[in-house]
Amino acid sequence: MNSSVITFPGSNCDRDMDVALKKFGFKNKMVWHDDNELPKSDLVVLPGGFSYGDYLRCGSMASKSKIMQSVINFAKGGGKVMGICNGFQILVESGLLPGVLLRNKYLEFICKNVHVKINNKKNFFFKDFNKDTLKFHIAHNEGSYFCSNEQLKEIRDNNQIALFYSDADGNIDEKNNPNGSVENIAGILNKEMNILGMMPHPERMIDPALSGEDGSIFFKNLINNLK
Amino acid sequence: MIINEQVAIDHGLNKDEYKKICELLKRTPNITELGIYSAMWNEHCSYKSSRFHLKNLPTKGKNVIQGPGENAGVIDIGDNDAIVFKIESHNHPSFIEPYQGAATGVGGIMRDVFTMGARPIANLNSIHFGSPQHKKTKTLLRGVVHGIGGYGNCMGVPTIAGQTSFDESYNGNILVNAMTLGLVKKDKIFYSKAAGLGKPVIYVGSKTGRDGIHGASMASASFDDKIEEKKPTVQVGDPFTEKLLLEACLELMSGDSIIAIQDMGAAGLTSSSIEMASKGNLGIEINLNKVPCRESKMTPYEIMLSESQERMLIVLENGKEDLAKKIFDKWNLDFAIIGKTTKSKKIELFFNEEKVADIPVNTLVENSPMYDRKWKKTKLSKKIKIKKEQFKNLKIINVLNKILSNPNVCSKEWIWQQYDHTVMGDTIQRPGGDSGVVRVHGTGKAVAASVDSSAVYCWAHPLSGGKQIVCESWRNLIAVGAKPIAITNCLNFGSPENEDNMGEFVECVQGLGEASTYLDFPVVSGNVSFYNQTKEVGIKPTPTIGGVGLIRDYKNMITMDLKQKENILLLIGKTEGHLEQSIFLREILSEKNGPPPEINLFNEKNNGETILKLIDKNFIKSCHDVSLGGILTALSKMCIKGKKGATLKKPNYLINQFEYLFGEDQGRYIVEIEKKDLKNVIEILEKNSVHYDELGIVNDKELIINDKSKVSIDDLIKSHTTWLTNYMSK
Repeated sequence: MNSSVITFPGSNCDRDMDVALKKFGFKNKMVWHDDNELPKSDLVVLPGGFSYGDYLRCGSMASKSKIMQSVINFAKGGGKVMGICNGFQILVESGLLPGVLLRNKYLEFICKNVHVKINNKKNFFFKDFNKDTLKFHIAHNEGSYFCSNEQLKEIRDNNQIALFYSDADGNIDEKNNPNGSVENIAGILNKEMNILGMMPHPERMIDPALSGEDGSIFFKNLINNLK
Repeated sequence: MIINEQVAIDHGLNKDEYKKICELLKRTPNITELGIYSAMWNEHCSYKSSRFHLKNLPTKGKNVIQGPGENAGVIDIGDNDAIVFKIESHNHPSFIEPYQGAATGVGGIMRDVFTMGARPIANLNSIHFGSPQHKKTKTLLRGVVHGIGGYGNCMGVPTIAGQTSFDESYNGNILVNAMTLGLVKKDKIFYSKAAGLGKPVIYVGSKTGRDGIHGASMASASFDDKIEEKKPTVQVGDPFTEKLLLEACLELMSGDSIIAIQDMGAAGLTSSSIEMASKGNLGIEINLNKVPCRESKMTPYEIMLSESQERMLIVLENGKEDLAKKIFDKWNLDFAIIGKTTKSKKIELFFNEEKVADIPVNTLVENSPMYDRKWKKTKLSKKIKIKKEQFKNLKIINVLNKILSNPNVCSKEWIWQQYDHTVMGDTIQRPGGDSGVVRVHGTGKAVAASVDSSAVYCWAHPLSGGKQIVCESWRNLIAVGAKPIAITNCLNFGSPENEDNMGEFVECVQGLGEASTYLDFPVVSGNVSFYNQTKEVGIKPTPTIGGVGLIRDYKNMITMDLKQKENILLLIGKTEGHLEQSIFLREILSEKNGPPPEINLFNEKNNGETILKLIDKNFIKSCHDVSLGGILTALSKMCIKGKKGATLKKPNYLINQFEYLFGEDQGRYIVEIEKKDLKNVIEILEKNSVHYDELGIVNDKELIINDKSKVSIDDLIKSHTTWLTNYMSK
């Protein structure tokens, strides 16, 4: 399976994503933001970081980057695209996913382990998942998901919510909402279910020495579903 | 502009120094030259009050590749891998403008590390604030934490450990010390020594603006009522540009284009060009019209003294200009050939085709002033007699809760949760432990690092305090299973012109020299920050030690959380019940006098090395050093982290239980072992003549000291974790 990770100026989880994808069997290529063409890919990943220094708005400048036109075409043709953290912000800024990501509720950067509950397993990212809640990790300043009531109704009706922040048992409540996201939303899908954006970093949970292996499950599942 | 003595004094130089400049130049300097002298001769850049004493520190060792004198120190960790590390202060700017001051402190120290070719892999910080009740403390704390996070998070370098303290002596002068570790291949280390004549001198990074002019001079003076006026001397950071600069520099460094490289830190273009020329024993000629400027009509004086961030100066091999330019263009960074190396051994600056400065390099460096300032010795004060009735009404659990929720002991999670501590995917011990630990990427090795300071001990007796802090750093590395290798130090003191403050400095340095020599724990880099004082009042002497150690196999790393019910807890090291200068005596009985705990370097070394042997044999399940707050505080933290309890044995000592539980004797650890290993462990301890006591047994959920004194772990967690969050949310 071929994957591509896009490096924007200021991306800083691109190497971590590269390590994770390779660990679970992807042949990964790093792609520079200023390139025109995507290499042949079964999966394109927009990694975390501070593309363009988060200037203007997080993800906004990266969404206008040269390579993004290819990514958008790839996604619109049904290609699988995943955006993590800043990558999620880039996906909403480029219009591939609905909604926006606002500054965290308490106006502070948060770096900690969180639990997320999988809401929709009828998509290639979470198909055949043998767990319902996962221990993931977040590290962001602007991760508070927000959208209009109409949009919320639409993504609910289309079952586009991928992940909710929850406790270890899958209870979704305000106590387990780390950043003030609408309805505890941690990740969403597009209507066609080939694009996933999420704030948590599965690539930081791929080793028992790194406080968890739920990221490993995620990546193993991902490559299996692509085969 | 006419240059005279008064202009020199306005630049922070004294009369004698001005006279010396005129003698060295054999003429009166012009304004640009005077600015350059003042920048190079201020305390921050010249170490004029400290050099005389620092030369006594041990700086060599079998693992030391580079000691002090370069951008950072370098140590060998085997397999052609080396760690580059350094700590630096950014105290004065952080008090004036906490966000930018702290952010650029972090940016500056990372630049020091990647200038040497190393990719930064971990950040640490030691931050000290005034009393929590002081009106500025909360704002300063918030600003500093946001600044550190804002810069480090954007760079994508994990902040893996730190230290925060509160003391009224920092009311008018907070301390912000930032440390970075980088990883480099031993044969790809870059130095700042220029070599070869006619080599192009390259300027890369951000443009030069008017920010930070005279920043280093500001940091070399005390504060007064007009500190708000000093805001323009604080630099403004842009971590995004620094991230690009990091990647571009590392890309250029992968080839063989660079002869020498130096970041533009304190005193900007001045110190970077002069340092490269001085080390290479040659001259540098610069055309200031070629320097990329952010603002129009900048004068030579401003260009030379600007402390704009995210800039580097490089001496390139001839013919590599195009290749280098291509890399910096790719990363959208400024690139300009601004001069060349010459044989003149002078720094020669041109502006609008006129020579605006012409200074022999050695007059700025070798001939810079050095002072053996007057200093006063601090006497060791007598032990305090505490009357029995002072203990009478105290309840152990109440005391414990008070100590655990004390601002200097309580959990600092509110702080470190705002730092990305997991990016790069190698953080295997997060903040809140004895040391932060990161794996050496792609290998089985790991590097541990810790920052420590004990201003109270240093204040009570600088010589003992200096020793103690090196030992504490050593213990924090041992406790995670790392072999201590070397340290970096950040020496924060009041005015060197005050005999008491200078005495504190001299004796602290002496103490840390003695301890680091004995422990074979050399000092490879560091920084001195004097004038941490407002008007006549200096801070408590605060040497901060950043220690670095190596874990050969990261799977053998130790954490402090209690692991398993029924396991046995041993106390390693001798307990005498020393209460003076302990948090118990200061905070519970309000007694601030008396000597700090004694340091026995033999025991310190022996205890630590024996623990490493036990870890090697896989006997240790958890370990924590006993420091601030004594045995009971240390054990409580192990309980809190592991969400387990412990039942204490009755001590065999005659000392009273408060001395036993809260005394701060040094050289001690608590270790958790399995019952089946007890005999083997005791054998090793006895063979190595290490004193130990059976402290107790791990249980499910209660800390039980005796029949009358017990407390649930949930209550301990509450005491430990609520103070800071509540304080910051009010």
